[in-house]
Amino acid sequence: MKLLRPLTIAALLAAALVPAAQAHNAWLLPSSTVLSKAQWITVDAAVANDLFFFNHNALNLDNLSVTAPDGSKVAPENLAKGKLRSVFDLNLTQAGTYRVAVVNAGIMASFKLKGEPKRWRGSAEAFAREIPAEAEELNVNEMAGRNETFVTVGKPSALAPIGKGLELVPVTHPNDLVNGEAATFQMLLDGKPAAGLEVTVTKGATRYRNQLGEMKQKTGADGKFSVTFPEAGMYWLDAELKDSKTSVKAAKERRVTYAATLEVLPQ
Amino acid sequence: MTFAKKRLLSLLLGCGLALPTLAADLAVEVEIPRLNVAEYHRPYVAVWVERADNSIAAHLAVLYDAKMKNGEGTKWLKDLRQWWRRGGRDLAMPVDGITGATPTVGKQKLRFAQGKAPLGDLPPGDYKLGIEAAREVGGRELLYIPFQWPPKQAQQATAQGQSELGHITLDLKP
Repeated sequence: MKLLRPLTIAALLAAALVPAAQAHNAWLLPSSTVLSKAQWITVDAAVANDLFFFNHNALNLDNLSVTAPDGSKVAPENLAKGKLRSVFDLNLTQAGTYRVAVVNAGIMASFKLKGEPKRWRGSAEAFAREIPAEAEELNVNEMAGRNETFVTVGKPSALAPIGKGLELVPVTHPNDLVNGEAATFQMLLDGKPAAGLEVTVTKGATRYRNQLGEMKQKTGADGKFSVTFPEAGMYWLDAELKDSKTSVKAAKERRVTYAATLEVLPQ
Repeated sequence: MTFAKKRLLSLLLGCGLALPTLAADLAVEVEIPRLNVAEYHRPYVAVWVERADNSIAAHLAVLYDAKMKNGEGTKWLKDLRQWWRRGGRDLAMPVDGITGATPTVGKQKLRFAQGKAPLGDLPPGDYKLGIEAAREVGGRELLYIPFQWPPKQAQQATAQGQSELGHITLDLKP
């Protein structure tokens, strides 16, 4: 029984998870991820199914947050939103690992007001304030998404877990990836191991091949999974789950997503 | 080797005398090939001793544009990818006795002695000599030569580069 328990828990959790919904991929594309000197980098951000080609929409960067190795916030510069992609520059002055993240959390509601269909989107705080009491057929969903990438100047430094939503925690540092070597990561949900979660890893340059070649892994009871990158290149990692840990009572379900862009260098 | 012997050795070496070997010695000859390219820049080269667990036991040489102002030359050290991730990134460049200017075409002879920086006191064991070269608007090449330390007798091992490196010779003397 001792052996069975973690497996049972994983199975139960897995049953609660839903396969990734079909939606456009959102991603960040840094110009460099491994640097030997403090310098500028630039990051593209887009919503597009093809990795990493700008052919659909620019990514909204209202919730962009860049954290320096010492935990301070870095202001992006030259931020611009084009038709097909957003872009910003970062002046990386410290040694260590920077976290570049777009974190979206909020409530989505649809309802009828005097028979007329309405849609609403906003924060949990605004929800109580802004949804009229006479709203009918109220349908509320919550979402929490993190989309990020990592860039290191010099020696990689530790990344403190966020503790909210779905996140990737390094066992292998995300800026220490080479082809042919197994890398291990841990997925956390609200700071606790996300067991039985399906994580998909897809290599970029999808336009130039016929098969997506997604690599799918399930996390263990400890939330960990390993992946061996077959070739060097930019990879996109994503995972998604649904649960009932909503922050507003009216919401039935919380959809939690995670995506990261990882660069794998040649041996 | 005792401290007194070490002092004697450095004293004798300092006088430029030929000396019966008191300590094991490791010599590396690195050939930088002449390349027929329109735009040629001298390569960055790193030479190091790697342990079986892939950690670096000794950085022997890092040849790069150390003279560029504001440490600009360190910008491309990451292109010596394997050396960089195995331990280059842990160093604060430049490092005395390790860093040097980018090599010219031809053979570069580097000689190291047990007990002396940068080789230091290398404990007995199995090692690999790593040689990596990366060139601006060019390619990158990495070679390894495995060896045992200390050598029981005089030994020579070689590796042949294909693109950025030429013939590499490792000479070990007990």
